[in-house]
Amino acid sequence: MNTHLLNTCIIGVLVLLISACSQSNLDSIASDSIVYCSESDPNTFNPQLDTYATTADASSYQIYNRLIEFDPIDGKIIPSLASSWLVSKDGLTYTFQLRRGVNFHTTSYFTPTRSFNADDVVFSINRWRNESHPYHHVSGGRYPYFQSLKLSKFIKEVKRINGYRVQITLNQRDSSFLANLATDFSIILSAEYAQNLLINNQPEQIDSYPIGTGPFKYQDYTKGQVIYFKKHDDYWKDEKTVNNLIYDITPKSTLRLAKLVTGECDIIAFPSQSELDVIVDRDDLVLDQSPSLNIGYWAFNTQKAPFNDPNVRRALAYAIDKNSLLETVYLGKATPANTLIPPTSWAHSEDVNDTSYNPILARKLLDEAGIEPGFTMTIWATPLIRDYNPNAKQMAELIQQYLADVLINVNIVNRDWTPFIEKLNLGEHDSVLLGWSADNGDPDNFYRPLLSCDAIPSGTNVARWCNDDYDQLVYQALQTDDIAQRQLIYEEVNHLIAKQIPIVPIAHSLSYQAYNKQLIGLTNNPYGAIRFSGVSKSQ
Amino acid sequence: MMAVIIRYLLLFVITLSVLICFSLALAHMFPGDPLTNLSGVTTENAKVIEHLANKWAIDTNPIHYFMNYCSLLLQGDWGISTISGNQLAADMARVIPATIELSIYSAFIAICIGVPLGCIAGIKAYTKIDYSINAASIIQYSTPVFWSGLAFILIFCFQLKLFPLSGRISVLFNIPHQTGFVLIDIFLAENIDRKAAFMNCLHHMVLPSLAVGLVSAAALARLVRRSVIDVLNKPYISAARSRGLPFKTIFFNHVLRNSLLPVLPLAAIQITTLITNAMIIEVLFSWPGVGNFLLQAIYQQDYSALRIGMLVVSTLVISLTIFADLLNRIIDPKKGSVSDVSI
Repeated sequence: MNTHLLNTCIIGVLVLLISACSQSNLDSIASDSIVYCSESDPNTFNPQLDTYATTADASSYQIYNRLIEFDPIDGKIIPSLASSWLVSKDGLTYTFQLRRGVNFHTTSYFTPTRSFNADDVVFSINRWRNESHPYHHVSGGRYPYFQSLKLSKFIKEVKRINGYRVQITLNQRDSSFLANLATDFSIILSAEYAQNLLINNQPEQIDSYPIGTGPFKYQDYTKGQVIYFKKHDDYWKDEKTVNNLIYDITPKSTLRLAKLVTGECDIIAFPSQSELDVIVDRDDLVLDQSPSLNIGYWAFNTQKAPFNDPNVRRALAYAIDKNSLLETVYLGKATPANTLIPPTSWAHSEDVNDTSYNPILARKLLDEAGIEPGFTMTIWATPLIRDYNPNAKQMAELIQQYLADVLINVNIVNRDWTPFIEKLNLGEHDSVLLGWSADNGDPDNFYRPLLSCDAIPSGTNVARWCNDDYDQLVYQALQTDDIAQRQLIYEEVNHLIAKQIPIVPIAHSLSYQAYNKQLIGLTNNPYGAIRFSGVSKSQ
Repeated sequence: MMAVIIRYLLLFVITLSVLICFSLALAHMFPGDPLTNLSGVTTENAKVIEHLANKWAIDTNPIHYFMNYCSLLLQGDWGISTISGNQLAADMARVIPATIELSIYSAFIAICIGVPLGCIAGIKAYTKIDYSINAASIIQYSTPVFWSGLAFILIFCFQLKLFPLSGRISVLFNIPHQTGFVLIDIFLAENIDRKAAFMNCLHHMVLPSLAVGLVSAAALARLVRRSVIDVLNKPYISAARSRGLPFKTIFFNHVLRNSLLPVLPLAAIQITTLITNAMIIEVLFSWPGVGNFLLQAIYQQDYSALRIGMLVVSTLVISLTIFADLLNRIIDPKKGSVSDVSI
C-alpha cells in the first residue's frame, strides 16, 4: 500500500518538475521571439496580389520594403529603399535615387548574388503594370489595388537610368501617386530570384516562398496554424529586432485574449470590443486606441435586379436602424457613417442626407418598386473580424430581423475568406457586409478602390457599381494638388453617393492594438499593416 | 478464435454499412442541396454540377448510389470542406492523430491514478480512507468534463500560471507535421532543441489529459475497488494469510492480478466515454483534434465536413470497441462462445 502512495507522490513531483523545467528552457527562446496572435491566414505572401489586410500584415512590412513609406506618427512620406526623389514641375516625372548596399534575404531556397538595384524596382512595378510581363499572369494575374486605381494606365514608362536611379513617367497628373507608392501593396521584389524561378520553371513560388529586403525572412507556414519568420541579419536599417517572429493563427477572439493574458502571445490582432475592459484592467498589458481611417458598410450588388434600382436600395437603407447596429455590434465604440469617408478626413461632408430608420417608408418604397412581400435576398457576412466590422454575422442577423419587418426574407451566407472572396468577385451575392481601411491618408484611397468602374474587375468594388458621373468626378479630383479645389469635388461625390446608395455606410470605428508591456518600440500604424521591425522585448 | 474474428469482421462491416447509409441520409437531411452536402462544392456552374452528379451517382437507383458512395469512401475521395475547400481526407489525417494522442495520454493518466486509488480503497474498505476516495471519485465522475476543464484553466492557467492554455506545444517550436503525433514528430524534427520541445509538449498535455483522464480514473477506481474487495474475501486469500505470507506478497501475487482481470472488459467500455470527453476537452484547450474540427464545422454549417467527421469518429469508436473485446478474449479465453460476439 505504501508503494502506491509513493507512486502517487512521484507522479505529483514529476508534474511539478516538468512545469519548472520546461519553463526555464522556454524562457530563453521566448525572450528572443515575438508571438503575434493573428486572426486568420494570409492568402499569399505578396501584398501586390491582395487587398486583404491579413495578407499585408503577414508580409508587407515584415518581408518587404517599399521605395518610400509613411511615417506612422505624422503620416508624412519618408525615404525607404529610395533615399531621395524628385518630382518634375508638371507633376508627370518622378525620379528616385535608390539606396546602395541593401541585401535581399538569404534562405534555404534562394541565395542572392547581388544587392538591391534599379532592376528590382523596374521588375516589381512592371509585374503588375505590364500585361505582357512574364510574371504578370503568375498567381492569377490580379493586382486589385493597382487595378482599382487604374495605375497601370496612369504610368507611361518605368525607366532604369542607371543602377541606382529609376524614372517613372505618368500620362497625366495624379496627386495621389506618391501616396500609392508608399502603401502596403507597392513592395519591391527581387528580380534575380524571379529570374532563377523562371529558369527552374517554378514562377508561382515567388509569392509563396517570398524573398524581399525587409527585416524578417520567411521560414515556414502551416495553413490555419502558424507562420515562422526569422530575423534578416543583413537588414539595411540599423534597428533592434528580435530573432524570431511567429504568427500564431487564432481565429477566436476570446482565445486570443486568453493567450495574451497567459503570456502565450505577446500581441494580438483585433481585440474584441466587448473584451477591451479586461485589457485595460491588467497592469501587464497595453491597449493602444487610435482613430482609424475606415468604414464598415452594407453593399448591394448593383448589377443584379432588383438591386440595380436606386429606389430599392434606398428602401432597404430605410429599413435598418443604424444606431442600434452601432450599439449592438460596435458596443457604441464607433461613430455612425453618413458617407464613404470618415469625419477625420478633409474630404468628409457633414451635410450629406443620411437615411434614418423608417420601416413604413421602406415598405412603401418597396411596393412602388414592385418588390412583393416575401421577396428573398442574401446577405453575405464577411468572415473577417475587423475594426470596421467586429462581428459581421451578428450584424447580418440584426439586418435579417429588420428586413423581416418589411416582409423581406434574408438568407445569411457564411464562408471562409478565400471561397467568400472568390464567389464575391463572381458577383454571386445580393448584398454583402464588408468594409475598408485606409492604406494612405489620401481620400482618393476610399473613392476609387471602393466605387469606381475599374474597381469592379479588381474585386474591391463589391457593390459592382459603375457610374460615369462618379468616375469623372473622382478622376478630376486627381488633376490638382489644391486641397480646397479637391474638397469641392469630393463634396459633390459624397452627395452623389447619398443619392444613389450603392452602399449603405454604417460606421467608422476606432482601431485597437493590445500587447504585453514587455514589447518596446511598437507603433500603431494608421495607414495599413502592422510592423515588427524595431520592436524588441524587455526582460 | 478464428471464428470469433470472422464474426467480428462481419459485424464490423454490417455496422459500418449502416453508418455509411446514415451518413448518406444525412447529406439529404441537412438543409441545402444534397450534392453540395456530399461533395462540399458550391457552384452554379451547370457543367461542374453535372460532373459532380455523375461522380456521386446521385440520380441513379439507390443501390448503385450507395455502392458508388462506398467505393468513393474507400478510395479516400471524401469530398471537400465547403468552408475551407480542403480535402476532407487530408483534414481527417491531420486531426485524428491529435485526438488519439490525447486519448492515449488520458488513458495512461486514468490507469496511473485510477488503479492505485481503487486498490487502496479496496484494501482499506469501509474505513475513512475508503470513504474519502469513494466520495472524491463520485464527485469527479459526476462533474461534467467541460466544467472541470474550465476550472483547470481558470486555476492553473490564469490564477497560478503553472500550465499553458492551448495547443499541443508552444508555437516557439517549429515541429513539421509528419506522423501527426507530436511526441513522435518532435524526435523526427530537425534544428530544434528536442529536450526543451519534449518538456514543453509534456507541459502542454498535462491539463487536458488530466481533465479527461480524471473522469475515467474515477470510474476505474470504483471498479477496481469493488473487484479488490471481492478478491480479498476469496478463500485462497484467507489461506495465504493463514500461511503467514506478508500482505505485500499476497497483494502483488494474488490480489492484484485476480482483481484486475474482471475489471478489464468494464474498463474497455470506458474507451468510448474517454474519446467523447477528449473531443470536448479539445475545444477548451484548442487541441487540434477532431472534436475541435467538428465544432468548427457545426458553427460554420459545413455539412460535408460534419458528415465525414461523424463517419470517421463512429468508425474509430467501433474499431476500438471491437479491439478491446478481442483483447479481453485473448486474456481470458474462458469468455463466452462465438455466439456471444456482439458490438
